[in-house]
Amino acid sequence: MHSGLLIKNGRLIDPANGIDKKCDVSIVEGIIAEVREEIADSGRQGRNFTVIDAAGKLVVPGLIDIHVHFREPGDEEEETIASGSAAAVAAGFTSVVCMPNTNPVIENETDVEYVHRKARQARKTHVYTMGAITKGLEGVELAEMGFMAQAGAVGFTDDGCGVQDPAVMLRALKYATMFDVVIAEHCQDDRIAGKGVMNAGYQSTILGLPGIDSLAEEAMLWRDIQLIKKAKVRYHAQHISTGGSVELVRAAKNDGLPLTCEVAPHHLLLTEDCCGEYDTNFKVNPPLRGQEDVDALRQAVADGLVDALASDHAPHLQSEKELEFLAAPFGIASLECALGLYVKALIEPGILDWPALIHLMTEKPAKVIGIDKGTLGIGKQADVTIIDPNAEYKIDVSTFRSKSRNCPYHGWTVKGKVDKTIVGGEIRFEA
Amino acid sequence: MPITANILVKKKSKQLKWHRKHLLGLRELSAEEIGYILDTAVGFEQVSTRSVKKAPPLRGKVVVNLFFEDSTRTRNSFALAANRLSADIIEFTKKTSSVSKGETLLDTARNLEAMGIDIVVVRHNAGGASRFLSRNVNACVVNAGDGFCEHPTQGLLDVYTIRKIKGTLEGLKIAIVGDVAHSRVARSDMWAMTKLGAEVTFVGPPTLMPAQAERLPVKVSYCLDEVIEKVDVINMLRIQFERLGGNPFPSIREYSHYFGLTAERMKRAKGNILVMHPGPINRGLEIESEVADGRNSVILEQVTNGLAVRMAVLFLVNQAAAQRVD
Amino acid sequence: MKVILDSRQIERIVEDLAARIVSDVPAGSDIATIGVRSRGEVLAQRLSSRLAEKLGKDVPCGTLDITLYRDDLNSPQGAGQPQVRTTEIGFDIDGKVIILVDDVLHTGRSTRAAMDALIDLGRPMAVKLAVLVDRLGRELPIQADYAGYMCDAAADKLVQVRFVEPDGKDEVVIE
Repeated sequence: MHSGLLIKNGRLIDPANGIDKKCDVSIVEGIIAEVREEIADSGRQGRNFTVIDAAGKLVVPGLIDIHVHFREPGDEEEETIASGSAAAVAAGFTSVVCMPNTNPVIENETDVEYVHRKARQARKTHVYTMGAITKGLEGVELAEMGFMAQAGAVGFTDDGCGVQDPAVMLRALKYATMFDVVIAEHCQDDRIAGKGVMNAGYQSTILGLPGIDSLAEEAMLWRDIQLIKKAKVRYHAQHISTGGSVELVRAAKNDGLPLTCEVAPHHLLLTEDCCGEYDTNFKVNPPLRGQEDVDALRQAVADGLVDALASDHAPHLQSEKELEFLAAPFGIASLECALGLYVKALIEPGILDWPALIHLMTEKPAKVIGIDKGTLGIGKQADVTIIDPNAEYKIDVSTFRSKSRNCPYHGWTVKGKVDKTIVGGEIRFEA
Repeated sequence: MPITANILVKKKSKQLKWHRKHLLGLRELSAEEIGYILDTAVGFEQVSTRSVKKAPPLRGKVVVNLFFEDSTRTRNSFALAANRLSADIIEFTKKTSSVSKGETLLDTARNLEAMGIDIVVVRHNAGGASRFLSRNVNACVVNAGDGFCEHPTQGLLDVYTIRKIKGTLEGLKIAIVGDVAHSRVARSDMWAMTKLGAEVTFVGPPTLMPAQAERLPVKVSYCLDEVIEKVDVINMLRIQFERLGGNPFPSIREYSHYFGLTAERMKRAKGNILVMHPGPINRGLEIESEVADGRNSVILEQVTNGLAVRMAVLFLVNQAAAQRVD
Repeated sequence: MKVILDSRQIERIVEDLAARIVSDVPAGSDIATIGVRSRGEVLAQRLSSRLAEKLGKDVPCGTLDITLYRDDLNSPQGAGQPQVRTTEIGFDIDGKVIILVDDVLHTGRSTRAAMDALIDLGRPMAVKLAVLVDRLGRELPIQADYAGYMCDAAADKLVQVRFVEPDGKDEVVIE
């Protein structure tokens, strides 16, 4: 019994194959079967055959977010793999990568398999995970990268903090060269950052809050760049947030180093000024920086220095965010409105067009983590997102599938709404 | 027959309606509002000098001293101020760390509010804590120091003291010396003094200056010797060892050498310079005893004036709350 | 607006009040005036100098700010926002005959507040109330010992006393 989908009349954008034109796509048995300007639906009206009219819409490879926190295991009241997956497909994401800073930390193959099993049960989006670089994220002993890679971990990071000791990081990078994996770093030198809770600058001075100097990020990124000259392994700088980091990335890429980087929507849209009323929904790490940093990051995207847009979706309970700014946890929950935010940050100001934005949300991040996804090539698994590019809507946290509401964009009007999300040939979300 | 009615020849402060039921910081106040508080405080000074040191305007009101940090003088000053206005006062002192689990600041405040309190005087180690409370409780909130953000009543009593002696702050040169980075007093002073027309210089080692200090409405100097000759007022901040992270200066000896207010240094100051200190003093560290107790020192006047200023603040926020229609 | 007293009439009333006080107060007693801010203050100063002339000795004069003692401080329909001013009494009131001076006696509430404020300052031998205008409409059991002009203005009218010092001319008007 064959099952299939035919998506007709949409504007098909597949940056990997250089396609941007009105095209139909046919999906059979979960695989992209055919991509042609006109595919007739005659003779296909079987019981298991659906025709989708995508006129006026964008038909793109399933979106990929390589940086989310689904909090499971350990903090299931904030998010679960099931609730996070539901949020992901509602936002057009067919693949996400969980960070390992759960409780317990994802640091062996059983942990990795646990995440995969929960994701299969949720049956929404593809869920990948990174493993920890060091046991317990303590920055001392290496975690079992080999076993985790075998179990399907797509990379390693101590996200939430950086690996402080340069000797440990060098060891990790060297060891990882045995496997085809990426080592990702949350660049922050804790000795510079101290107990900071926001960017060190005018606002932190006025608000009387301890600051995190941009040097904390840049010093570690600079260090890591020196290290990957010694240990040639794919290195990924997570959520870079400063103009200084952009320049370091630019120089490293010019030197041909195997470095990639990602940018989060809040660093493209918000500045430290947002913290002025001590609203803890703006407390995030790396912190919101100055306007000049926002401008530099947007320029970096324009210059093609950025390899992935990643939400750093970090859900927290309202009760945790209902604290003094000093005591509240870091993190913004933005997975569910990410596309609209990127449109606002990058398309509306004319920095990117739709194909370029889709590229940064599909094939490019897929390459960062080395998965065979992000295109609508014939024979590929059929992960497809259908987007209404002109639909405007108001972000309303009360409609989130995510369990958390710590989203500072509540009430914003954005453009670009996900119409359907197809994962492995199945429609997993319909607006 | 010339008759001079004292108050009538004095310049009347502009008819201003005080509408704030919270005093969270001086940054958001206008010069007129600050002047209004100071003028009001003048009327309260006399309450403390007469035989019955009490007046009835807060009779039947409950003030809670919610202190999450050690404090003796500010807490006592607020307690006495509340008492002198005939309010009932509850003391609630709790040492806390930002990471400790359990009852949150909000829980604590809401519990107190459920008992029917009218004014919360709050001190907390987190910048913005009082602002956070003001958004979440119905009572009036008075900031008694939040992290290193603001200490508005200290700022007010400082300008009150200066105004009382110098007549005005307009055109005065004022140095604030020491650990500016971690000082809420320096910030509140800065806002109040500059709004009232003074020129403020922050003096201290670069390691104790806040980020982007150049964007503040002050001058910054790393050399006390250059500044001391020019200023009319010098406010010596307390070195707060509990707040200093790392090792911002090599030794107390070296710090005192560059930034201590010594008798020797005072010789080069203006004859009528006012020496201030928010207390408690580290004698021999930021200020020598001889100077702290010397003829230019107004450190004890600051304490006395603090009482009148806090009475005025409690009175005004309560008035704003009482006359709010909503 | 109707002028009910002009400057000449006011002067005569002050003179008359002073004369009645002098004839009333036992000889040898220590006398002082205290005016209620702000129009009572001017009246008290004028009375004080008249009394001094008649008695041939200094009659100290002070000013009382009653804001903290008002009974409408915590009521939302209070008369606007009261501004706290200073009480300036440069003498000890203990054992003195205090002439408490106000411009208009109406509801009696200001006088009640003034008496409470006064008592917090010490223990006078006696307190007497002198007013320029005694207006109908008492809400408390308080009467003036020395009243100048009796006025029955309707409740919705405003009786305003003006003096040269703050207002440019002496007069009492009904608005």
